[in-house]
Amino acid sequence: MKRFFSLGRLGALLLKEFIQMRRDRITFAMMLGVPLMQLVLFGYAINNDPKYLPAALVTTSQDHYTRAMVSALELTDYYRFNHVVGSAAEAEALMESGAVAFIVTIPADFSRKVDRGEQAQILIEADATDPSVASGAISTLGTVASQALTRERGITPAEAEAGGGLDVVVHRRYNPEGLSQYNIVPGLLGVILQMTMVMMTSIALTREQERGTMENLLAMPASPLEIMLGKILPYFAVGAVQVAVVLTTAGLLFGIPFVGGMSLLLFAVFIFVMALVLLGYTISTIARTQMQAMQLTFFFFLPSILLSGFMFPFRGMPQWAQWIGETFPLTHFLRVIRAVMLKGADLPAVAFETGILALFILIYAAIALMRFRRTLD
Amino acid sequence: MQHAIDVHDLVKSFGDKTVVDHVSMTVDTGEIVGFLGPNGSGKTTTIRLMCGLLTADEGHGQVLGYDLRTEPLKIKREVGYMTQRFSFYEDLTIAENLAFVARLYHMKPANEHVDRTLEDLGLTTRRNQLAGTLSGGWKQRLALAACIMHKPRLLLLDEPTAGVDPKARRDFWDEIHRLAADGLTVLVSTHYMDEAERCHRISYISYGKMLASGTVAEVVRDAGLTTFVVEGPGLERMAREIEKLPGVEQVAPFGATLHVVGSDEQLLGAALEEIGSRPSVTVAHGETSLEDVFIQFMGDATDNMS
Repeated sequence: MKRFFSLGRLGALLLKEFIQMRRDRITFAMMLGVPLMQLVLFGYAINNDPKYLPAALVTTSQDHYTRAMVSALELTDYYRFNHVVGSAAEAEALMESGAVAFIVTIPADFSRKVDRGEQAQILIEADATDPSVASGAISTLGTVASQALTRERGITPAEAEAGGGLDVVVHRRYNPEGLSQYNIVPGLLGVILQMTMVMMTSIALTREQERGTMENLLAMPASPLEIMLGKILPYFAVGAVQVAVVLTTAGLLFGIPFVGGMSLLLFAVFIFVMALVLLGYTISTIARTQMQAMQLTFFFFLPSILLSGFMFPFRGMPQWAQWIGETFPLTHFLRVIRAVMLKGADLPAVAFETGILALFILIYAAIALMRFRRTLD
Repeated sequence: MQHAIDVHDLVKSFGDKTVVDHVSMTVDTGEIVGFLGPNGSGKTTTIRLMCGLLTADEGHGQVLGYDLRTEPLKIKREVGYMTQRFSFYEDLTIAENLAFVARLYHMKPANEHVDRTLEDLGLTTRRNQLAGTLSGGWKQRLALAACIMHKPRLLLLDEPTAGVDPKARRDFWDEIHRLAADGLTVLVSTHYMDEAERCHRISYISYGKMLASGTVAEVVRDAGLTTFVVEGPGLERMAREIEKLPGVEQVAPFGATLHVVGSDEQLLGAALEEIGSRPSVTVAHGETSLEDVFIQFMGDATDNMS
């Protein structure tokens, strides 16, 4: 029996494995960190039924019916009216830039019609680029609004039924059929780019170190900037091919509408990819082995997918999780690409988010160049 | 004449361990200097300090007339450094590796330089072979060719012949001497005594400290060792016996003889008198070899491996 299996030999293998596990700090941190991170994120941060969504109220009058409508909607906890504007154009701009998820328009003749017992209308436009965000808010809408109006008029529900009542018109903007592909596919471009760009570049330096070629490279007259650019630019080309493939497929297979400007989109992708390859390069200045680089990439990858608004509604997360989400380039890129592809946003509408993406480039490049050791010490 | 290497009191520590401890070294242009010392004695670190791969904690000096502290980039451009481990790209072909080096050093036209180097190496027909598939000896030749392609004025070689067969080693050293005759300065670390003897001068470093410097004859002479050669039956038993005698510092079997080394000639001679009087045992004065000197140095130095 000893020939095939010996507890002693197994013990030796186990012991060796545990010792190696303990030596590799990053792996050890991953083993504890990943489950913990997942628990916290899934448990606390992720919420598929987002509440307190920013909304714009378009109204010209401030009568008691309007106030009753607004407070009733806010009481559902779905809406938070943080913009009150006088014109539809202003509200439109807010939605295009992503500042609000809903526009509630109460027409000027609303209270007159209610008082006369005629059928009154309110218009609710929802940003349906992410259908799951809007669905909860929309489903509660009709009843809540009608009840509020009935209460305000001081009549019984039965009387209200008989009278003109309230007509709530709902527009699902940018995605009238509520197709989740509209939301997922453009987002996938960001996720795919993030996965490949960061992973490829994160092993850039560690591979040289592991194979012993780093020593030679450093002994030759190449500057840190040259080495960095030499490492990241090839992956830039890879990214360009991926963008072309994803965008073509998005149109051909999924029929994703593309209403925005192509050049603006490519500009945003350019900045995003630049940030990603620099992030990967930064990781490779920190990790000592290719294995560690992959693990660090994964460590970054997981929360960025969960908290960026790719898989779960960004606004459904608690404030602290949203703050963490803001620190990922993917979060900002998703806002830009969805705005450009689905809403046809122009440069001013996405300038802020694009600017933040550019900021990541500066931060990562600075860290990478600081971390890079021109010498071996 | 200007020294190719002229450095003084170099100190380098990693953590609380001083790896290079006030090392000074001068090497003349066109000289081949052997750099010897046991494993972990600081040879590699010293070489790395000189080509700007590491920055010294203390010390000053010039390499090729450039200041070691302020002009490491200029030094890098004119130094060829061959690492201990093969450090070219195994997944590139021989020609691709050479072209990479040629372009990094702005050698134009790169192709011509590559072709000429391949021809000198005798690798023209294998130019498209992956470097990783070369044998140890060929890898070493390729690495040397790549290191001298940009016509450096100083060549730093870190144990270049480890794991290389005797023929390849001989060729390698012939090449080094040819290069030195053309004015190239060479600093080469090695463990092999025969290689040390092919150097113009040698420096011995142990646990970060430079212990001896000079020509081989000088180093052997300055060590002040006496060697006796003992011949006779039952060498094994005799060796154990001799080890215990006063004045004996080293006993090493060499074929059918024992080399007995000590620093006190009088004491050693007296101690061996009895052995020499035994039947069919002869004790004669022998020549102290470089290896004897090094073993002596290693025994004297305190262990620093931990």
